[in-house]
Amino acid sequence: MIRVKTTSSVPGGAGGAAAAGNGPDDLPGGPLAGFPDGIPNAGLDELTPEQLAAQWEEEKPPAAGALANAASSLVVIAVGLGALALSLAMGLGSLAAPQPGLWPFIISCVMVALGLFQLIAGRRNRDAEKFTRMSMSPLTGLVTLAAMVALMPVIGFELPALLLCIIWMRFLGGETWRSTLLVSAVVVAAFYGIFVLALNTSIPHLF
Amino acid sequence: MDFLNPVINGFAVVLEPTNLLYCLIGVVIGMLIGVLPGLGPAATIAILLPLTYNVEPVTAIIMLAGIFYGAQYGGTITSVLLRLPGEASSVVTVFDGYQMAKQGKAGTALGLASIGSFIGGTAAIIGLTFLAPVVASFALDFGPAEYSALALLGILLVATISNGAKTKALIAAALGLLLATVGRDIFTGESRFTFGSLELADGIDFVPIAMGIFGLGEILYNLEERHRAAKAPSKVTNVWPSRKDLKQASGAIGRGSVLGFFLGILPGGGATIASMASYAMEKKRAKQPERFGKGAPEGVAGPETANNAAATSSFIPLLTLGIPANATMALMFGALLIQGVTPGPQLVEQDPELFWGVVNSMYIGNILLLIMSLPLVGLFVKILRVRAAILAPVTALITLLGAYTINNSMFDVTLVVVFGIVGYLMKKFGFEPGPLVLAFVLGSLLESSLRRSLLVFGGDATGFFSRPISATLLIVFVLVAVLPGIRSMLAKRKPSTPGVPAPEKIKEKV
Repeated sequence: MIRVKTTSSVPGGAGGAAAAGNGPDDLPGGPLAGFPDGIPNAGLDELTPEQLAAQWEEEKPPAAGALANAASSLVVIAVGLGALALSLAMGLGSLAAPQPGLWPFIISCVMVALGLFQLIAGRRNRDAEKFTRMSMSPLTGLVTLAAMVALMPVIGFELPALLLCIIWMRFLGGETWRSTLLVSAVVVAAFYGIFVLALNTSIPHLF
Repeated sequence: MDFLNPVINGFAVVLEPTNLLYCLIGVVIGMLIGVLPGLGPAATIAILLPLTYNVEPVTAIIMLAGIFYGAQYGGTITSVLLRLPGEASSVVTVFDGYQMAKQGKAGTALGLASIGSFIGGTAAIIGLTFLAPVVASFALDFGPAEYSALALLGILLVATISNGAKTKALIAAALGLLLATVGRDIFTGESRFTFGSLELADGIDFVPIAMGIFGLGEILYNLEERHRAAKAPSKVTNVWPSRKDLKQASGAIGRGSVLGFFLGILPGGGATIASMASYAMEKKRAKQPERFGKGAPEGVAGPETANNAAATSSFIPLLTLGIPANATMALMFGALLIQGVTPGPQLVEQDPELFWGVVNSMYIGNILLLIMSLPLVGLFVKILRVRAAILAPVTALITLLGAYTINNSMFDVTLVVVFGIVGYLMKKFGFEPGPLVLAFVLGSLLESSLRRSLLVFGGDATGFFSRPISATLLIVFVLVAVLPGIRSMLAKRKPSTPGVPAPEKIKEKV
């Protein structure tokens, strides 16, 4: 985990506001503007801690805006209200003789209150991240994981695992075909060796 | 010497070959994931939880603890060589460590960091040895009222001290408490939130939640991170610091040990905060603060010492009160519960072999880590060449297959994927996953002690204030809850509002 949080935000919140824009075009004209990360250059090595922190701040994925906050707060409120209704149905009882619903009722009340507070007070927060083109990678990853869960009971784990490795390495990781195929085969063979041959677990397997 | 007997017996436990082996496995894994940017110790421990099912409790915790403090050592290496912090707790090491590396003193920086880590870790174990039994004996009189107050305070502190938005952290904690209520109500036996599902009737297991939210959520999230090109690390030579360097850093190491130890005990504290506090303190104390950021040895030695001391001392609240101080400790708590061990004040008395076995294993682990990070450091530097693209699918597969082995059921695997989505979305929307897992772990303890104490008080909620310890804890709770609000209100009153209001019209897809 290398998420870097700098407590003191970039002066005037400029970093956050600019990062919410649409890409490198509207980065603030700081000392680092125009240097995409990863490209080594002499100037980058002479940074003070403050500049380094500011640079990390800039490299963070673009922040999402008020809509993201509203959406997440509404989800929280909805979950809270749902739990509230279900706990009421279970019966509350009294403090001296509580019914099963009392404790969940208290928590859901807190949750709804916090959700409402966040909806209003968090409008200007910049801690959510925007979904960008990069978010396609986790989505693809998720689809392969779901496929693996669906296929494992049917055809065993080997082929779905191989497919998952190939997709993650070649398309999400940008490995060459050669290393993708080689490493994927080795990885699946190793898992077969560990989970089926050595540990003798009951993981569904084809071979 | 009655006090020392169980301590010495603990060494006998550690020296059993199995335990030594698992200690070695733990610290090697910890060192590895510390070196590799991407997965943190919490995610790794979550993913490896299924491994602990088939071993003795003491062995399991020895390994998991090794991962945790091993990661503190490993995180230094990338900070110094690549200016990429391997762990959050090594972020401040970058400032001076990388500058030292640029001046050709990479070896010295790494050497100082390892020696500091070793001293900080060892000092904290000694502190733990003496402080833990005292705290535990004090807490033996705790009744349900005290436990309710303590659990509430613990959850609140972890939520408010965590970086990021506090309201969101509290929401995550509330969600964790809610998830903990799924299943049969322990008092009445009635099913709650099961929606007729048989699999949910026994409640949601801790392991799929932890594996999903910490493990898979983080793996998915990392898929999105821009891949920073890592330069081939410069060769590391001469890791043994000179006498002059050691002398210069010795004060920082001493202060870092003490500071880290105390910050680690506090709920919500831990390695990251300790390293930052130590850096700030060293800079403030220095006669020439302008040296910091330009390769000051104290700027490496202090934080690295402090994060190890804190990592060790954060075991104190877990092992003596049964209250995990941070998310990683919540995972340890869960791992112990799986093993049928409830951490709490009675642990020292009732299960001395487990308690002292785990504590003393840390001495061995620290020695192993010192060996790995001084003479063997070159080996770990080579590991940096393993690419994230290859690691990601391997960790994902370990997670899925590991989840299957818990109960040999696909239901757990599905749960892991579902919670993986939840974890990913939480990170995306700025909700810390730590408070959720912590609150989930403490949820049933909190509910049962709340209800039990209300029974004792005859339904009178003011009864919590009639007992001195629970009253104090609750007053602290209220203060912690209310203070930030008051402070921000006062800040708003001042006419000068810093920062320009952010532009409202931003097109975006959510």
